[in-house]
Amino acid sequence: MTSSTNALDRTNYLNATKGFMSWFWTIDHKRLGLMYLWSVVGCFILGGMFAMKIRLTLSGDVDFASQTAEQMNAYNNAFTVHGAVMIFLVIIPSIPAALGNFVVPMMLGTKDVAFPKLNRFSYHLWLIGAILFVTTLFVGNLDTGWTFYPPYSTGYTDVSVITAVLGAFILGFSSIFTGLNFIVTIHKMRPPQMTWFKMPLFLWAIYATAVIQILATPVIGISLLLILVEKTMQIGIFTPELGGDPVFFQHLFWFYSHPAVYIMILPGMGVMSELFATFSRKPIFGYKSIALSSIAIAIFSFIVWGHHMFVSGQSELMSIIFSALTFSVAVPSAIKVFNWIATMYKGSIAFTTPMLYGLSIIWLFGIGGLTGLFLATLGTDVHFHDTYFVVAHFHYVMVGSALFGFLGGIFYWWPKMYGRMVDNKWSKIACIMSFVGFNMTFMPQFIGGAHGMPRRYAAYGPSAGFDGYNEASTLGAMVLMTGLFLALGTLLWSLKKGKKAPANPWGGVTLEWQTPSPPPEHNFEIDPPVVGDPYDMSLFEWKGEEEGFLPVNPRPDDPCVANVQPS
Amino acid sequence: MSTTTTVAHEGGHGHSHDHPKHLAHHFETLDQQFDAGKLGIWTFLLTEVLFFSALFVAYTVYRSNYPEVWQFASQYLNTQLGATNTLVLLLSSFTFAWGVRNAMLGQIGLLKMNLAITLLCAGGFMGIKYMEYSHKFHEGTLWSGNEDTIFRLHAEDVPEHIKEHSHAWDNRDGEFSAAVRDLDPEFRQKLGIFFGVYFCLTGLHGIHVLIGMLLLLWLLLRSMRGDFGPDNFNAIDFGALYWHLVDLIWIFLFPLLYLIS
Ligand SMILES: [Cu+2]
Repeated sequence: MTSSTNALDRTNYLNATKGFMSWFWTIDHKRLGLMYLWSVVGCFILGGMFAMKIRLTLSGDVDFASQTAEQMNAYNNAFTVHGAVMIFLVIIPSIPAALGNFVVPMMLGTKDVAFPKLNRFSYHLWLIGAILFVTTLFVGNLDTGWTFYPPYSTGYTDVSVITAVLGAFILGFSSIFTGLNFIVTIHKMRPPQMTWFKMPLFLWAIYATAVIQILATPVIGISLLLILVEKTMQIGIFTPELGGDPVFFQHLFWFYSHPAVYIMILPGMGVMSELFATFSRKPIFGYKSIALSSIAIAIFSFIVWGHHMFVSGQSELMSIIFSALTFSVAVPSAIKVFNWIATMYKGSIAFTTPMLYGLSIIWLFGIGGLTGLFLATLGTDVHFHDTYFVVAHFHYVMVGSALFGFLGGIFYWWPKMYGRMVDNKWSKIACIMSFVGFNMTFMPQFIGGAHGMPRRYAAYGPSAGFDGYNEASTLGAMVLMTGLFLALGTLLWSLKKGKKAPANPWGGVTLEWQTPSPPPEHNFEIDPPVVGDPYDMSLFEWKGEEEGFLPVNPRPDDPCVANVQPS
Repeated sequence: MSTTTTVAHEGGHGHSHDHPKHLAHHFETLDQQFDAGKLGIWTFLLTEVLFFSALFVAYTVYRSNYPEVWQFASQYLNTQLGATNTLVLLLSSFTFAWGVRNAMLGQIGLLKMNLAITLLCAGGFMGIKYMEYSHKFHEGTLWSGNEDTIFRLHAEDVPEHIKEHSHAWDNRDGEFSAAVRDLDPEFRQKLGIFFGVYFCLTGLHGIHVLIGMLLLLWLLLRSMRGDFGPDNFNAIDFGALYWHLVDLIWIFLFPLLYLIS
């Protein structure tokens, strides 16, 4: 392709400067986004290794009695590290920090986020936090579960809790600064024509996420700091032997960690809104209700934390109130799903790789969300509490929806990031494999959990009757892992061999598609285009010779159309 | 506020194009830059409030569960020193606010003086705090898990050397309402929780004062270098906002901890 809509042969943000420091010390939001992306992928592989260790420990008919103490300790360590790495290092930064950094300023038509140096500082904080977490693997046997509940974490387990908690504390501040940056960027750097209700829905989702990040994360920060102080100085606030109250920690912990679920899922929902509109070639259905439901979810998320403590000795009245409030979160979530489906209705749907991830999420989030209602119900929760039902539920929400949203977003914006198209066939096979493998892994856990299979056990023994579920689950995990590695393979392959991408391969109308792929250093070669309706699909049409979409009424100075003027 | 930032652009500082000296490349106007900074610092202050919130909640929960413990414990805090520190911080907030005004008006001499006074006040605050802390370590009025605390469940666990010089332990001069040694053991242990909360809250606040001192030092050095003036005072303005918050948190801490009666 000779068109100028691909900028790989020109100066772009990837090749403008070279060398380690030009990346490590960059303030370019796009480079920072990519560094987050690859760091998160690295941590995902680390967390995934521990997931496989869990699965391999549980499959095969290992008898409880035949397990040595070391083996069981190693198992406790595996599920703790898996959970903590996946949550703090992977899912929380995945979409906001990696994709958000890359996309948000471009969607706004600006050169950068409001505070580029703070952005760089966030990334370096993230690195320090990640290094502390990896250190944890060597200093001891972290076995508290990712929740760090006292008095076990503060009294009985070893010192690895200190590095882990410190790492999570620092990661928290990285997340806060990212959120702060996005809030200010979205408030103050929108182009004049872009009113709040002309913003792409991804920005609404990132905004709602950022609100949670800045309001909830400081609370987990101080709570983890208190765990640290308690562990090192026995300050007494959480320790019953010293007169303190361990359930108080649970309140503080879940005051953050429930909203954190929405830090993980809301950006994924934002990605989905973009995917469904673009690939149905239809304006998004119910724009305002999707936008406002993000805000509603953010608000609701702060008043439901008590549903994690139904069996922790919380008063019955509190439990009833928290149960009812939890149900109410289902409303804005369902609004989104209905709107997405209505968007696809009578659309001309393109089954591209990103769209397949989007469609997967409807299934995964549907199941994850609806099983959440079982857990919000007081009576059933007493039965399901601490069983694999809970494990399956949150994996459907956090892995199913957040991770698939992340992958969908990666495949959607990949041509913009690297200027290359991913192989269509193999990336679709990868998506389908991951989807099938995911369901094979976690569906049996729902059933096992409903039959009372408790979580966090290193072995059950044949008489418990759970071996079949574990075998099936492990098999599914293998398929899932293969699918995910295949997806990674297609991405890496495209960097060398992929077709050169046009500026707008999918027909998106948001501003990032109106600059060459990959973009120049300051995002736009000319002044960014005038902002219209972000979902007016009639503004772009497919051009076969370009293998991409072009504006119907191009501006004369638009670098993305210069070469296709009829001559 | 924002009107003051639209300063006349003097030109002639080497830039050929019309881009004000202190405007970062990704902003369109100085106004936008100032507004973004302002929203950024306010958002940050909001997170700071929430950062402290868990400890304020801890305070509230334990105080409402054990009101008599809180009341009793408060008598071990030195109200005079606490009140002095309140005044010191109020003065420092005033001088910092005045400094912002100085920067806006280009009164660089006054700016340097005010920043220096603010820094001195902050140092004074930490000095007084140090006196208070060391007195508590001497008396053994410490959190439950400390080895040298007098608030132990079992009186025999309190080290002899602490008993010897702790006035609170046996109410030597009769200045307290009761001797700690005679208290109900559970009650005694809960007093340790009060001091756990006290040390966490004032400690975290103290860390913020230290950060503020570093900030003040940096601003002072920059103002000596001649960085600030009517066309560039954002850093001073935002630093002052942070300092006011640190001050404000103390304004809450003082009555909540020292003035329970
Ligand atoms: Cu929850």
